[in-house]
Amino acid sequence: MSDQQLLRLDGVSMHYGVGATAVVALAGVDLTVDRGELVAIMGASGSGKSTLLTIAGGLTKPTGGEVIVDGRWLSELDPRQLAALRRRTLGFVFQDFNLVPALTALENVSLPLELDGWKTSKARRAARDALGVVDLADRANHYPDDLSGGQQQRVAIARAVVGGRSLILADEPTGALDSTTGELVLRMLRHRVDAGAGGILVTHDPRHAAWADRIIFLRDGRVVGSSESETVDTLARP
Amino acid sequence: MVTIKNSLLALLCERPHYGYELRQEFESRTGSTWPLNIGQVYTTLDRLQRDGLVESSAGDAEGRKVWHVTPTGRDVAAGWLARPITRPAPSRDELAMKLAIAASLDDVDVPEIIQAQREATARMLQDLTRTKAAGGDPASPHELAWLLVVDSMIFQAEAEIRWLDHSEQRLSDAAGRRHSRGRIAGADSEEGAPNPTAITPRKGER
Repeated sequence: MSDQQLLRLDGVSMHYGVGATAVVALAGVDLTVDRGELVAIMGASGSGKSTLLTIAGGLTKPTGGEVIVDGRWLSELDPRQLAALRRRTLGFVFQDFNLVPALTALENVSLPLELDGWKTSKARRAARDALGVVDLADRANHYPDDLSGGQQQRVAIARAVVGGRSLILADEPTGALDSTTGELVLRMLRHRVDAGAGGILVTHDPRHAAWADRIIFLRDGRVVGSSESETVDTLARP
Repeated sequence: MVTIKNSLLALLCERPHYGYELRQEFESRTGSTWPLNIGQVYTTLDRLQRDGLVESSAGDAEGRKVWHVTPTGRDVAAGWLARPITRPAPSRDELAMKLAIAASLDDVDVPEIIQAQREATARMLQDLTRTKAAGGDPASPHELAWLLVVDSMIFQAEAEIRWLDHSEQRLSDAAGRRHSRGRIAGADSEEGAPNPTAITPRKGER
């Protein structure tokens, strides 16, 4: 696998139950995400898109196939190594932001680094930088309750990329936001990816999926198609 | 074209313009999405003058006319801005027609037709979004005008994809009903347990 490749799923399957009552959530999915690439996963409810995301993030172990994150085969890691990989390489962004209400924006962003053993001062410096990148440096000492939904999601994006984490896994990150705020959040996600991260964006909203370089369509746990953006602008710029 | 006529009239309500100036204003305020040739501008202005909606002053030293809106023209422009537009009766939409015909034929894989269209429309949506993402400061007046126009295309493409999703669901519901009607209720174990996510008809199933 090339250095550019941040994530590879090889024939990943997920079955719940066995025999006659087995349910197939994913049936042999292949997928790669390179650095600088944002891949959207679309599909109806039950198509397997959220399962795919939790497997890519090492939160669920697939029943078949291999997951390779930044050159490491997840099946070969023990639980401690897997947790460390999640802390250092992966950043999650959820629909409902998942910020700790008792911590300021800055503390929320520095928390994963501090849990990973960083010195507080160094972690806070990195967190401040990450908040600057999402244009929230001036809100560092605000608590989540004092921030708008869009601002909270930007804090979550800062937390997802802080300390050089390179793979962002976003599950309906714009689901709880109004239309123009959702777009702002996607612009920021896009910028982080353009700056060298990689990302998976799970969404049912075609307008939001369109921010990705590639859209993968899932149906019944299988990839049924994909759409890749052309590099040529179809619309003349003024 | 009525839309151009009304747009130019609305611009003249702001202040008088030379013809070439009017063309520039129109293009910059619509994000240069619909280029206008100067001949079109003069033909339109002549018609507006014939209808008493604009007047032209005598040409300046270089023979250029300045165009002013008349009080009637002002009323017409205000009416156009205030009135919701009515779209012409739906044209013969090729996609809707194709899908309706396909759904009525026995040997056609409709989900595949839907998926192919979904990919094509998604690609267009991605290209539009990429163009938008590459734009400048969304707060600048020129960029704002352009964004409004691009967004309208983006939302149209989105609507088509949502309609495709909806149609796929509707077709699979219908296929499911047909399928279960042919069986004894509850005796659906001949293929093993039903897959709760397997709601889409596959090739050959119908």
